[in-house]
Amino acid sequence: MDRTKIDLWVGIFAAIGVAALLGLAMKVGNLTTSNIGETYTVTAGFQNIGGLKPRSPVKSAGVVVGRIDAIQFDSATYEARVTLKLDKRYLFPKDTFANIYTAGLLGEQYIGLEPGGDEDYLQENDKIMQTQDAVVLEKMISQFLYSKATETKE
Amino acid sequence: MSSKAVSKLASALQNFGHRLIDQFWRLGSASRLFGYTLASSGESLRRPFLVIREIYFTGVLSLIIILVSAFFVGMVLALQGYNTLQKYGSSEAIGVLVALSLVRELGPVVTALLFAGRAGTAITAEIGLMKATEQLSAMEMMAVSPIARVIAPRFWGGVISMPLLASLFSMVGILGGYLVAVPLIGVDGGAFWSQMQASVDFREDVMNGFIKSCVFGVACTMIALFEGYDAPPTAEGVSRATTRTVVNSSLAVLGLDFVMTSFMIS
Repeated sequence: MDRTKIDLWVGIFAAIGVAALLGLAMKVGNLTTSNIGETYTVTAGFQNIGGLKPRSPVKSAGVVVGRIDAIQFDSATYEARVTLKLDKRYLFPKDTFANIYTAGLLGEQYIGLEPGGDEDYLQENDKIMQTQDAVVLEKMISQFLYSKATETKE
Repeated sequence: MSSKAVSKLASALQNFGHRLIDQFWRLGSASRLFGYTLASSGESLRRPFLVIREIYFTGVLSLIIILVSAFFVGMVLALQGYNTLQKYGSSEAIGVLVALSLVRELGPVVTALLFAGRAGTAITAEIGLMKATEQLSAMEMMAVSPIARVIAPRFWGGVISMPLLASLFSMVGILGGYLVAVPLIGVDGGAFWSQMQASVDFREDVMNGFIKSCVFGVACTMIALFEGYDAPPTAEGVSRATTRTVVNSSLAVLGLDFVMTSFMIS
């Protein structure tokens, strides 16, 4: 086999190999969706975050408006302090409600933002005051069983 | 204890010690060859056609087996995954399952195993035969370093081919999974891709898989080169060296995979 033919084949091989890597990054991975451009940071405190993880999405009306940057334990208030990075294009009122939801029955958990009616918007490093914790299935079941047990006693 | 049993035990111990020392000797000699290869890489990279020719032999000629197996692995993953996921009513997560298992594990590992079988054996047999027919000694007589002329180009050819092959494996596997999941089974195509994109992280999953495949490339190619270079210059020696290439490369790949995964998961 002569030199130019080998060069050609190796060139094609390298091109499709690099294309596959780019395809993995763009089509399969989240390289295109993860950088949402300019962001601002707000925090929220939760009693229980359930299975929330860093990089989980933050949605409002079902649209991804940001991602969770970090989750820490606040030893002063014994709460989980969740840092959210929100897209600069989307502004939310100061009395926005932050809930932890689950996508489907067994899906990943995310934060859903429900805008309130305040005229001022959340600024950089503000804290979301109203939050609702993750639903812990075991707790719900035990409450249900407990209420059933007290019902039958009466 | 009779003296016969003692001498039997002693000879068994002696045999074991001899083998152990032999393994250490081989490890050290392989490291020395690795060092020499890196040291003379500059010399062989200055003649890029040598490396391009090796990429052709190790990479391009391995394409068919890699792509066909990737396609079937992806299709089987989708079939098996759907069977289980559908019991929990989350058959849309099949894209996540196929993509994560391919990008993180199966892509680099299966590619490396196939690479060891397809390209590694060829390298070992070629170098072993070059040694048996005294071509390497002839080069030395002509003041051409066989390491710079024969070993280093093959090393770089393998190291460059391996990550490209692994990326292709993952991509074609995901396409195979898509073909089974979406047109054949009828999972929603949008959910397939969007859930995949939501849970496959570029740095955590794609890059880590890429790093794995680079390490496997170095390990497989180096083992194949060393076994060939170290083979006794007989027909039997070359055949044994070829077998050892496959066995050692496979074990090295699986062992290294565990070590790297435990680093990456934490």
